[in-house]
Amino acid sequence: MSGDHGSSVISAHVREVEALLEERGLLDDGEIDRRIDEFAAGGSPANGARVVARAWVDPGFAERLLADANAALPEVGLSMSGGLQEQRLKVVANSATEHHVVVCTLCSCYPIALLGPSPSWYKSEAYRSRVVRDPRGVLREFGVELPAATRISVWDASAESRYMVVPRRPEGTEALSEDALAGLVSRKGLIGTALV
Amino acid sequence: MARVNDVGGMAGFPPIVEEPDEPRFHSDWEAHVFALNGALIRRGVYNLDEFRDAIERMPPQEYLASSYYEKWFTAITTLLVEKGVATAEELAVPDDHTH
Repeated sequence: MSGDHGSSVISAHVREVEALLEERGLLDDGEIDRRIDEFAAGGSPANGARVVARAWVDPGFAERLLADANAALPEVGLSMSGGLQEQRLKVVANSATEHHVVVCTLCSCYPIALLGPSPSWYKSEAYRSRVVRDPRGVLREFGVELPAATRISVWDASAESRYMVVPRRPEGTEALSEDALAGLVSRKGLIGTALV
Repeated sequence: MARVNDVGGMAGFPPIVEEPDEPRFHSDWEAHVFALNGALIRRGVYNLDEFRDAIERMPPQEYLASSYYEKWFTAITTLLVEKGVATAEELAVPDDHTH
């Protein structure tokens, strides 16, 4: 994609705008590259996975996390204040009777601090439009087949409020360490489009 | 009245497509647009709500035809003009100068 005409036009355009902003003193030399590097070093789904693993092994933490995620995150060395503005985080936990899935129907709101940048499908009109109307059908397309009796809750994120899912702990993982448990958790599990 | 971005429940969009091993950015310019927006917000040129609004009031045809970071770049240039940082002519697509 990077080699096609449309992309080279916009690429040149972006560089021109950057140069103009540097001229007007609104961008420092090297600031863009520095920000890109910072972002690359920032949030990733490993953060969210770490939160989930702690919730699985520590029921007290799980309770605090579900009650007030922003207050509980510092216990695992994380926070929601790393971005442009601090956002409220609500963490919801799947159970035998309820499955949660997260969307931002209006744009692409997402807990970047805990999950890193969102995948394109999360930002697509296709996902945003359908998951609120037919969550069961959308989950099936992601390979998640839920019993008909399982209630599905869809959480619509906003500028101020972000959501993360604690998947159900897989059976047979009693002997695993917290780190090994974190390794089981996927980005889609944290959004709710996978079981773990 | 709902804006074009308010797609929740709307029918008729194409199927959801997952991209395996998707990179953070698909090309270098996308990373630049991302960083540029953060820089301008931190400098107070505009705020996050103004940025979101600038995306959401794009003409519907343009909104639906644009990729994610194309929408961001459109919003950035819209706001730079509205905030008086630069004129629309200064921010025009480079190719246009040759026409």
